Amino acid sequence: MVKKKDYTNGLPDPSQLKEEILKKYPRKVAKKRDKGMIINEPGKEQEILANVRTVPGIITQRGCTYAGCKGVVLGPTRDIINLVHGPIGCSFYAWLTRRNQTRVPEGGDNFITYSFSTDMQDENIVFGGETKLKEAIREAYEMFNPKSIGIFSTCPVGLIGDDVHAVSREMKAELGINIFGFSCEGYRGVSQSAGHHIANNGVFKNVVGNNDRPREGKFQVNLLGEYNIGGDAFEIEALFEEAGISLLSTFSGNSTIESMEYSHTADLNMVMCHRSINYIAEMMEEKYGIPWIKVSFVGAESTVKSMKKIAEYFGDAELTAKVDEICEREMAKVKAVVAEVRPAVEGKLAMMFVGGSRAHHYQDLFKELGINVVSAGYEFAHRDDYEGREVIPNIKIDADTRNIEDLVVSKDEELFRDDLATKKSELEKAGYKFSDYVGMMPEMSKNALVIDDVNHWETEKLIEFYKPDVFCAGIKEKYVVQKYGVPLKQLHSYDYGGPYTAFDGAINFYKEMQRMLATNIWKLVDTPWKNEPEIVGSMTIDA
Amino acid sequence: MRKIAIYGKGGIGKSTTTQNTVAGLVKMGKNVLVVGCDPKADSTRLLLGGLAQKTVLDTLREEGEDVEIDDVIKRGYGDVRCVESGGPEPGVGCAGRGIITSINLLEQLGAWDEKYETDYTFYDVLGDVVCGGFAMPIRDGKAEEIYIVVSGEMMAMYAANNICKGIKKYAQAGSVRLGGLICNSRKVDNEAEMIQELARQLGTQMIHFVPRDNMVQHAEINRKTVIEFAPDHPQAAEYAQLAAAIDANEMFVVPTPLEMDTLEKLLIDFGIAN
Repeated sequence: MVKKKDYTNGLPDPSQLKEEILKKYPRKVAKKRDKGMIINEPGKEQEILANVRTVPGIITQRGCTYAGCKGVVLGPTRDIINLVHGPIGCSFYAWLTRRNQTRVPEGGDNFITYSFSTDMQDENIVFGGETKLKEAIREAYEMFNPKSIGIFSTCPVGLIGDDVHAVSREMKAELGINIFGFSCEGYRGVSQSAGHHIANNGVFKNVVGNNDRPREGKFQVNLLGEYNIGGDAFEIEALFEEAGISLLSTFSGNSTIESMEYSHTADLNMVMCHRSINYIAEMMEEKYGIPWIKVSFVGAESTVKSMKKIAEYFGDAELTAKVDEICEREMAKVKAVVAEVRPAVEGKLAMMFVGGSRAHHYQDLFKELGINVVSAGYEFAHRDDYEGREVIPNIKIDADTRNIEDLVVSKDEELFRDDLATKKSELEKAGYKFSDYVGMMPEMSKNALVIDDVNHWETEKLIEFYKPDVFCAGIKEKYVVQKYGVPLKQLHSYDYGGPYTAFDGAINFYKEMQRMLATNIWKLVDTPWKNEPEIVGSMTIDA
Repeated sequence: MRKIAIYGKGGIGKSTTTQNTVAGLVKMGKNVLVVGCDPKADSTRLLLGGLAQKTVLDTLREEGEDVEIDDVIKRGYGDVRCVESGGPEPGVGCAGRGIITSINLLEQLGAWDEKYETDYTFYDVLGDVVCGGFAMPIRDGKAEEIYIVVSGEMMAMYAANNICKGIKKYAQAGSVRLGGLICNSRKVDNEAEMIQELARQLGTQMIHFVPRDNMVQHAEINRKTVIEFAPDHPQAAEYAQLAAAIDANEMFVVPTPLEMDTLEKLLIDFGIAN
């Protein structure tokens, strides 16, 4: 076994590793990848190349635009029929793979356990698929009687020019329910990120604001970018409920289209996954005057910080006292578990390459256990997720980004919340941060290697260099990494675990890390030919 | 068997030229299969005496998987076998994919079975090679000889040059070759000389100059080829000559497409641009 490097005095300079990785690439590829790999120096302005096309031939982690739109953003919503217009594979392989959970109230609709598809055949490609799409919509409506149907375009739909929006309008008029389409063909963007944006636009245009429901709670909020993987949203919901905060809608874990329709009556939007949902937060502020703040419920300390920030926003003594009480009580439980787990895992090394926010959020959980994050990166994030939102005006708008509609939103004179706008400006004067996301890099250690859109070659070199104790990514990376004797925790689907949010979730995660890291079993996984260079066999010949 | 595809700018007279040439070959005693690759399904009208053909794709759609070769092939003038690939109505679906599906189906159904003793297959392809589907007849060794119908009009020559780019691309990977340019005259000045020069620069030949004659229109109104409608008319002899020239052709090349300014210079040199 190789001796562990001692990182107590900071992380090693990975310049040599980076050089070795780049050496393998052709010149132009090396130039591009060089800009996507940053040796972190907090406090210094460093620019990373992100949200650009993956070089063909590189084994990327990324998914497609359709996956981002259908799978990520709309997939977890239970009361809408998400109908995929395309060949069956696109629907089947996007069917509940993210382990989004949902709790259906008595008599409520739940369609997420179904996979709906128009199952396009050669004939529909040649002659057009609009007729089949209409038939599928009618069939779904007759069988399930849903309140809304979303149509998701797969690649061939864009190629043959089927107009899902026109079909949606026609069927909406015919059936009298909300039906809307998404032009989220897989090839529309450089990654699934484009699909998030398309989903945000569609939901904002067709859903948000459809129901001006009268106020029901004292503190009304929405949670944006929480997808209830492994039950994460349940943990957060329980916290709000106890504190007396009314969660109107979540985009989109354990949630409904019905609740999104009145989500514009909230007093505050809280953004979890900045990458996938900041568009709606921005548009809701422009149209309705609802401010948004960045929160994170991944990590016990982050949960405390987020809860206190919400209480501070409302400035209500009773709410503040309640939040403080919950945090104190829960932190006592959390600390007891940390005290037990931390000695077994402290000083271990982790790296994570996932998502557009998870690679950042989960660092907080690792910090709480004293685990060093040596390298991290996102799969599909943009520069602002790495460097902070202040770089947004300087982000180069390339042709790939222009390919996605940017909605022009104007103020709703009737519903605009001037009171919230005033509240925002007052709080801002006192130093409270709105519409703010600092990004991943400022919160990482010096010399941590930040890599955008990491690939298999780079993954292998990273493992060789750092010999990490745990690697966080997704199913496509899992078994390759584990064959190196390094356990992999899936942060897309949580393998079979979760929830990992809020206090109980944090405890779950600590225990999971204890189970995975405080064991020598991975060191025993070794290839037999390392010790015995040859496999000896014998043969008898019957003469 | 020789496998021939006819390309050219839309409206240049591909279908008319193809069917008259086929009629000429039939008269020479050749056994010909014509595959129309135009969604409008009008490539075999003159050979069949009308649009009586049920297309491959319509048949496939209505009959499902249970399609017989006789459902899609119809005998026309001189026993020539005619197929229309068909396709979607304008503005929907993917006609290119339709051609791919259709040709694959014909192969599976044994349209080229040895028992037919086919001497020639003609693919009559819609307009320009706009996408992969329309290039299907020149891919994978389906059509091996291409003839481009062209006139002395600039856009027709421009289209011919573009088609040559497509042929060059597929020629490098397969067996497809350019057999020549067929000049379907529009009575442009110096037309024959100009097309001969264009052919020379493309590395090929002008295989025949078909003069413009109203008899073609008369025959078309009567849903017949000139060869059938007015066998003694001089225009019938022109098509017979074209058929004979194709039958005797041995010049098959990978074309060398022209740069845009070379093509324009050609037009200027021959007096069009003045």
